[in-house]
Amino acid sequence: MRQSPEYDAIVVGSGAGGGIAAFILATSGLRVLLLEAGRHYDPLRETPMFQLPKDAPLRGAGGSDKPFGFYDATVDGGWQVPGEPYSVADGSEFMWWRSRMLGGRTNHWGRISLRMGEYDFKPRSRDGLGFDWPMSYDDLAPYYDKTELLIGVYGSNEGLENTPNSSPGVLQPPPKPRGYELLTRKACRRMGIPVIPAHLAIMTQTQDPERLPGDLFPDNELARRVTADSMRGRAACYWATPCGRGCSIRANFQSTTVLLPPALATGNLDIRTDAMVREVTVDAQGRATGVHYIDRTTLLDEFAGARVVVLAASACESARILLNSTSGLFPDGLANSSGLVGRYLMDTVGAGVYSHIPALQALPPHNEDGSSAMHMYMPWWLYGEQLAGRLDFPRGYHIEFGGGRRMPGFGAFGGLEPLTGGTYGQQFKDDCRRYYGSFLFFDGRGEMIPNEDCYCEIDPDKVDRYGIPVLKFHWKWADHELNQALHMQRTFAEIVDEMGGQLLSTVASSGADAISKGGQIIHEVGGAMMGDNPRTSVLNQYCQSWDVPNLFVTDGAPFVSNADKNPTLSIMAIAWRASDYIVEQLGQRSIG
Amino acid sequence: MSEERGRRGKALGTDPGPGPAPESAPAPREPDGTITRRGALKVIAAGAALGATVPGCSPGESGGGAAGADAAHTELSGFNPLPPSNPLAAGTPTDPDMLAPIVPWEMVLTDEEMHYVAALADVIIPADDRSPAASAVGVPDYVNEFVSAPAHTEQLTQLRGGLAWLNRTARDRFGAADFPALTTAQQHEICDEIRFEPDAADHLKPQARFFDAFRDMCSTGFWTTEEGMRDLGYMGNVPLPSFDGPPPEVLEQLGLAGEDLV
Repeated sequence: MRQSPEYDAIVVGSGAGGGIAAFILATSGLRVLLLEAGRHYDPLRETPMFQLPKDAPLRGAGGSDKPFGFYDATVDGGWQVPGEPYSVADGSEFMWWRSRMLGGRTNHWGRISLRMGEYDFKPRSRDGLGFDWPMSYDDLAPYYDKTELLIGVYGSNEGLENTPNSSPGVLQPPPKPRGYELLTRKACRRMGIPVIPAHLAIMTQTQDPERLPGDLFPDNELARRVTADSMRGRAACYWATPCGRGCSIRANFQSTTVLLPPALATGNLDIRTDAMVREVTVDAQGRATGVHYIDRTTLLDEFAGARVVVLAASACESARILLNSTSGLFPDGLANSSGLVGRYLMDTVGAGVYSHIPALQALPPHNEDGSSAMHMYMPWWLYGEQLAGRLDFPRGYHIEFGGGRRMPGFGAFGGLEPLTGGTYGQQFKDDCRRYYGSFLFFDGRGEMIPNEDCYCEIDPDKVDRYGIPVLKFHWKWADHELNQALHMQRTFAEIVDEMGGQLLSTVASSGADAISKGGQIIHEVGGAMMGDNPRTSVLNQYCQSWDVPNLFVTDGAPFVSNADKNPTLSIMAIAWRASDYIVEQLGQRSIG
Repeated sequence: MSEERGRRGKALGTDPGPGPAPESAPAPREPDGTITRRGALKVIAAGAALGATVPGCSPGESGGGAAGADAAHTELSGFNPLPPSNPLAAGTPTDPDMLAPIVPWEMVLTDEEMHYVAALADVIIPADDRSPAASAVGVPDYVNEFVSAPAHTEQLTQLRGGLAWLNRTARDRFGAADFPALTTAQQHEICDEIRFEPDAADHLKPQARFFDAFRDMCSTGFWTTEEGMRDLGYMGNVPLPSFDGPPPEVLEQLGLAGEDLV
């Protein structure tokens, strides 16, 4: 008879997908072990709230060690991690972001929280491209509501096409627009482009600890109690210091401030940091038995056993673990009978412009920090044009924009010469004063359609510092994405022109020059796609492996499309739905 | 702004964007990868020494540190919730102590070079009735910090070449000892030849690029100080009970009076 493992579930990874899984499983009374490859990280003690660029090396500039700046809430992370290389195939460009810290990239993420819409779940049915999801918007909508209620999301319900409303009372009130956002809205209205309140995982008001936990967990007293306590400890945004540094008052969403504290408070969760998982083990029946991991502090290989294994190590890292989990039963990697592990990798299409808007010059001094993120954005608005075949790309993008009177940092007033003709002295000082606040960027974030040429596999020739075989990436944008990137830049140029401004960056003549590199937008998803057929998908709609019923993947890997809706919110909603299913299945003893 | 703000072109008057940023320098490290504290202490000492020898430089500017951060923070926001340092940080380049930053490389400019840097910085950002000159708020120390970064060897060479040309031209044209010894009018006469690369004579294009890069360094160094931010009218980085949107005079100037703020 098999010895009962110490844990009901092992969750690998502590970011969005792993944080939700750990939270739901632990509050459901299961014994959970959470393994995190990076170090322990405590936003309450570590966040550089209010620190000035002046006090940081190079005034806080980004570099390869800290790509988003010195104060960015990324520890031991970036597109390159020392000792953890990856390969890129000849002719491909791909950048793989990792954040080796408790909470992963939820500590620094952009907090943009957009729901996928009904079209986004059935894209193939709509235009014949890519794949349909094995679930519909209606299946996930309750979990979007729950996720938004739990983490705190500001925004509004506008009822626009494929831009879903949240249920009444779910969203928090959006912040008032800034001056440049209103000015942009006015110009975009003339162009027929909607500018509406953005949805960000930042709390504009405190959560009601008496009402919300009951709405979220009507049948779970433990979950209600720890959630209420957690909500009592969160403050509303006080409109200062960038979210990308993390938030010591817990006003925005980080796994480390919102999910892990209440999960730990159940007493059912153990967290082991510095635990780099390399392999999922299986028994003779092909059931997952646990994981092998490298203890980074000793460099020794360790094992932890559980009834269920949940991978949430990030899309590519989870694919890597599966592909490295080879055995006599599974010679091509675990959960890979379809051969699709690592396949159909996607990122978001990115392209942008930078501009000068004279109308914003020399405004009376006022505080524009706001939530530090967007208060408004433009959802995709040309669904009809696309359906009628009047555009040369099939899927949409939304527009993110910003600028204004931000805290000066590295690069402040660099590159003004095209505007000033190279002034210096008193004239330069006066120029900087006049131009301050008058620069805006516009960035498109568009849907990529999965294709055969974008995938990762194990590079047989290379291992990382832990001796684990590394990934090799293959990447090729299709015309769908290249044409979309060009359309972005041309549209932004028109907006800038409509605002009476001028571009300070160029509009590319080809999509290849306009588009971001694969992985650069850090929205990599896919690699263990879900579906309704074991031959053409890795997981079912509950993120459960077809091949190994007690193995789940709850990060971005299950995605079968990558709508222009930043993936984190959807990762959490899907992970929540999968976690409920795990609890149900374990209760019925149908798995583990 | 997503987490992935990878945009192109220089950041203009904004928080340090991500995008193509200068490669940050590898810090002096022990064999196990941690920064040498010894190296860091040297840097702070060097910064203080330079501050003492350059007129108008505030000592210790390049060292930064918790005291500076705390003082600046207290001054701007009126309260201080921060611990002095972060014991959880490894102190490596990828896991620095963000609560008590240090510059982990040594400063390389000589006293003479710092003297030239200060003079040119003040030509680019002189004192006026709203804020002090560049050298009075530590801009030369920032220039030193920037060109001393191990990844910035090309910028260091460009700076040295530019300073040499300024001094040579000062001597050849005006018989002065060096650029700082010139009158303001003489300094401007020289700078006018290299202020804007498209207008510069062909043989002066490299000097125009130096001047451009130097102006960018001064600009970052100056406008990121408390004095610079105050001069610009940056009013943020302070906690507020509510965010009320732009005040009426701003809406008025934008032609948005009466605009729906919802």
